[in-house]
Amino acid sequence: MRTSDKIVVGVMVAIPLLFVLLLIWLPAVSSIILGFTRWEGIGGLDTIQWIGLTNYKNIFTIYPPFWPALQHNLISLLYLFIVSAFGMFIAVLIDKELRGSRFYQTALYLPVVLSLALTGFIWQLIYSTDQGLLNAVTGLKIDWYGDAKYNLWAVLVATGWQHAGYIMLLYLAGLKSVDPALREAAAVDGANQVQTFFQVIFPVLRPINLIVLVVTFITALRWFDIVWIVNKGRNGLEIIAALVTQNIVGEASRIGFGSALATIMLVISSVFVVIYLNVVMREAK
Amino acid sequence: MLLHVFLIIISLSWLFPIGWALFNSFRDYNFTAANGYFSFGGFTLDNYANAWARGDFTRTFLNSVIITVPAVLLTLVLASAMAFVLARFSFKLNLTLLGVFLAANLLPAQALLIPIYRAYRAIPLPEWISDSGTMLNSYLGLILINSAFQLGFCTFVLSNYMKALPHELYESAEVDGASVWRQYWQITMPLCRPALAALATLQVTWIYNEFFWATVLLQSGDKFPVTSSLNNLKGQFFVDYNLLSAGSILVALPPIIVFFVLQKQFVSGLTLGATKG
Repeated sequence: MRTSDKIVVGVMVAIPLLFVLLLIWLPAVSSIILGFTRWEGIGGLDTIQWIGLTNYKNIFTIYPPFWPALQHNLISLLYLFIVSAFGMFIAVLIDKELRGSRFYQTALYLPVVLSLALTGFIWQLIYSTDQGLLNAVTGLKIDWYGDAKYNLWAVLVATGWQHAGYIMLLYLAGLKSVDPALREAAAVDGANQVQTFFQVIFPVLRPINLIVLVVTFITALRWFDIVWIVNKGRNGLEIIAALVTQNIVGEASRIGFGSALATIMLVISSVFVVIYLNVVMREAK
Repeated sequence: MLLHVFLIIISLSWLFPIGWALFNSFRDYNFTAANGYFSFGGFTLDNYANAWARGDFTRTFLNSVIITVPAVLLTLVLASAMAFVLARFSFKLNLTLLGVFLAANLLPAQALLIPIYRAYRAIPLPEWISDSGTMLNSYLGLILINSAFQLGFCTFVLSNYMKALPHELYESAEVDGASVWRQYWQITMPLCRPALAALATLQVTWIYNEFFWATVLLQSGDKFPVTSSLNNLKGQFFVDYNLLSAGSILVALPPIIVFFVLQKQFVSGLTLGATKG
């Protein structure tokens, strides 16, 4: 390779790499380190105190919103898995090339292009106490976004509305690439449609299944916008992502404590990062 | 037949929330207040004019453009350069590098918030780039973090796409003595147009919809993009839902138009990442 080419290649790698290292990996590592410290954020870096695992001890024992937040994240995860299964189900139905499948596909897909924050606003017209459609139809007087008994589910329904179309699309793409001979062979063997799907098609879709698994995990962990729009993650809507944000934005500036919460998020996410990298790297090789 | 009935019910219930917002965005607040939302009539266009003014949409749409366009261009240029090197040459570290980019794409943004926030607050910028004097509360800061977050996905998709191009292309280019830059810019990039178009469509929508970073990194209202400025339409003491509907439709319109006009690119962009080809 010529020297000039070597320089060009170097620059083409260095700039994007610097971007990702400085703006993603350095902050990630810093979050982990800051999690072991106490720092009010006033004064220089020399005012940082090392306090070992105290932040973690406090989070697990005397920080009231933590366990509800973890529970809510888990509920959202389970719920989104059900929604993903629903998305797959719709994809299987639409994949039969019915008349009108284009319309069904577009209808389910439309919410995916909207932001999750906007989804929160659109559903407010349904959930509002006085003027919302849901109370008008049912005759109830529930504040769906405000009442801690219901708001998690109200917000989850809106999130599911937005999530299903994306999963459907991923499966539609996967189903299109399934070799038709497989179906024919299964039909010759006398398998019915349900058997064919679960015993022949579903296993072939393994890469898509893993991607959907990861996408669903990430969506549940990153779940934030709609919760922040509704009530900034309080009163029934505590989630870990919102707790991190609450500890840094606004008057509160508990940097060490917030970083420990952020590190918990990083640890959870590392599980599916590893799964995802395994899948795609195997394909890339 | 049963299948169609089922799918039609599902589709209509999926369209319903948007339809309901659209319907009520054209109705007068006093009419729906008097007759309830279960009524017909009171049609007006005033909500749109009011929402446009109250939500300061002229400014916020401009802000969205100022943030989205450079962020998408920057992402695609950097990602394509990285992807080209990964696809064209084989180093020992190829897979590791790809992993570094791809994993970065999956980290939850909130986990990076505190260091980013503090660093942005501490980095000074000249007045002509940012009137706040720091990276915090600047367009530039938001553009950079959005690009960094999208780089992994785009690099991955583009490098897969480039690997599928016929290798003879480069062999003949080498014979002709074409430099690496020429191979990238004049040979590879034009062939990647479909993938670039798909990614651009997707990225425009994603960055336009981005909410978290805009909310936490921009503090003064005058720089907020459209998505994070809907709160302006909520009054302090009561909410005019017809106004809010009109505002929501205005915000939803750009991605919906992009989706209908560029549906093919949009869908292929999403599935490019998940399946090969």
